[in-house]
Amino acid sequence: MSEAVSPAAGAGAAAPEAIVRAEETTISPRQLMWLRFRRHRLAYASGLFLLVLYVVVIFCEFVSPYSTTTRNQDAINAPPMSIHFFDADGNFHLRPFVYAYQMEVNPDTWMREYSEDTSRMFPIRFFASGESYKMWSLVDTDLHLFTTDEGGYIHLFGTDPLGRDMFSRVVYGGRISLSIGFVGVVLTITFGITLGGLAGYLGGIVDRAVNKVIEVLQCLPALPLWMALSAALPVHWSPLLIYFGVTIILSLFGWTALARQVRGRFLALREEDFVMAARLLGADTPRVIRKHMLPSFASHIIATATLAVPAMILGETALSFLGIGLRPPVVSWGVLLFQAQNPLVIEMTPWQMMPGVAVVLAVMAFNLLGDGLRDAADPYSTGGMK
Amino acid sequence: MRSYILTRIAGLIPTLAIISVIIFIVIQLPEGDIVSSMLDRLQAQGVDTSEEYVQNLRAQYNLDKPMVVQYFYWAGNFLTGDMGYSYLFSRPVNELVWERLGYTLSITISALFFTWLVALPVGIYSALRQYTIGDYLMTTLALVGLATPPFLLALIFMHIGFEWFGISTGGLFSPEFEDASWSFAKFADMLAHIWLPMIIVGAGGAAFTMRILRANLLDELNKPYVVTARAKGVRPAKLVIKYPVRIAINPFISNIGLMLPALISGEALVGMVMGLPTIGPLLLQSLLNQDMFLAGSMLMWLAILVVFGILLSDLLLAWVDPRIRFE
Repeated sequence: MSEAVSPAAGAGAAAPEAIVRAEETTISPRQLMWLRFRRHRLAYASGLFLLVLYVVVIFCEFVSPYSTTTRNQDAINAPPMSIHFFDADGNFHLRPFVYAYQMEVNPDTWMREYSEDTSRMFPIRFFASGESYKMWSLVDTDLHLFTTDEGGYIHLFGTDPLGRDMFSRVVYGGRISLSIGFVGVVLTITFGITLGGLAGYLGGIVDRAVNKVIEVLQCLPALPLWMALSAALPVHWSPLLIYFGVTIILSLFGWTALARQVRGRFLALREEDFVMAARLLGADTPRVIRKHMLPSFASHIIATATLAVPAMILGETALSFLGIGLRPPVVSWGVLLFQAQNPLVIEMTPWQMMPGVAVVLAVMAFNLLGDGLRDAADPYSTGGMK
Repeated sequence: MRSYILTRIAGLIPTLAIISVIIFIVIQLPEGDIVSSMLDRLQAQGVDTSEEYVQNLRAQYNLDKPMVVQYFYWAGNFLTGDMGYSYLFSRPVNELVWERLGYTLSITISALFFTWLVALPVGIYSALRQYTIGDYLMTTLALVGLATPPFLLALIFMHIGFEWFGISTGGLFSPEFEDASWSFAKFADMLAHIWLPMIIVGAGGAAFTMRILRANLLDELNKPYVVTARAKGVRPAKLVIKYPVRIAINPFISNIGLMLPALISGEALVGMVMGLPTIGPLLLQSLLNQDMFLAGSMLMWLAILVVFGILLSDLLLAWVDPRIRFE
């Protein structure tokens, strides 16, 4: 024993070495969780992808070359541009460039048809001055992640029927759509933990009442009720109020799964010895819940909350797509898809479905991340570490 | 079993009562009421609306009474099967709702069966051939299917149908059958159209169920009894079908409760995109025009559909799994 407490003393002995090794391999539950999560490569990659996505939409004024309302009269319903390194003569350019559009009206269909005008190229400038804007409505600046010289234009995702840049609109739309998911989930967690916790901790009549509410809410088909509630939002509300209204509507039905889980955990933990011990030591109820019970299932809450985000994003998209959620001039992925309601749009200008691709990618990433987190948080799962 | 059924049915009454209160509150939320929207309409047409006329109308719709009394009138009307007139269509609400509810029900139920039909073989295949190319393909497809909003799927399918097969995929009937009375030909025509909305509505559910089945089956396949059976030389096909699949399949039934609301939501959305004669488009129209009796009646019927669907799934599960009915 004396050797064990002073490992530095016995340099040649076997026992201290063993202790040092034991220290190296001992990791906290949180570290274990992180390790398990890292092993889940798809979930890890999804997490990184979402991180990038959120950074992009937070700085969307900087990332997008144009505002959501800037029109390019030379490019109405123009297709996405491709980025080139080699020009028409086969010369290599270190600075990537795009070609200008060449527009022709098809004499048969009267549709505008675009091709690349290889005589006019617009080099892409990074961190250069472009359209001026107000960053976060605070600072005047004109710095963009990428843009072209004066007189040029760049439309990576093409343009819409009014000649507005799709890429900029998708990036701006992401700010609204992704933040609705985030804000909505914060509300969901609040509702879920409060009600589920009360039901599980207090039991009795409160438990039965909350359970009945959950049962009823889970019976209701969400979309029709969302529709009814959104249609009830007053028309004269400002876009900001509508935004919060829609978020609240979405989380009104989303909290039940979380509440159920929290309730179950509370019921199980209530009987645990450490909770009893804490109570016998004189901890009051809020302290027992906050300090002793919540930490033991916080990771589950995070995983469930992550899995609740996609429903919010899809809900917003569906409502705005139907024209009863967010409305222009607010730009969200659903609002953008509202313009693409007609199957003809897919045929003529398929790039207008880009917001749809963004929705699918974001939702998929959230699903994968949530699955990975759930597996990592489960102490009985091996997480691929068998 | 009988007492189990009776308690479950008795439990429905408070549930439906609470749902009706929620729906009544929801349809009262918009500013103004049915009479004010009717008056807007009449005034737009240039009809003179005197004060007396307005008072009469309000009395006719019981709007002059307190909210609680209005609720009981509304609920009472619903129970007696008289939901009044839709001012939007000038037709009885019941007539409008019933005909569409039938189509909603057929699409939802066929989508449910489509879900199972796809999820069962694919889930079993994916679990048995874990980490093969086929499994990766299926799980990836399921992930994409879960993440694609039904309306996007509807748009894409309509495009594919139009572009590749040259069929107009909107609606549930060919134009010549639209207003025809029911006949075998009309029914066949409906079958020729219903498969597309069925696939679109069921896709998300199929992906969801397939993932659950795969996960459950994988858990089951590692259990000692399977190893024992294999060691004793039971044929692989029989081994998998007879025990692990039977256990892993339980969520198919218990998930009806989870899937039915989602399917009905999806159907409403797809119905609006594809212009189907179902509840969805009518609900949107009635909400936008504040025909709240019509909207409330449809919401109530959709909720009833789900509640009874869940009851049915619970009874089925009790029948399949004796542990539940003796609990």
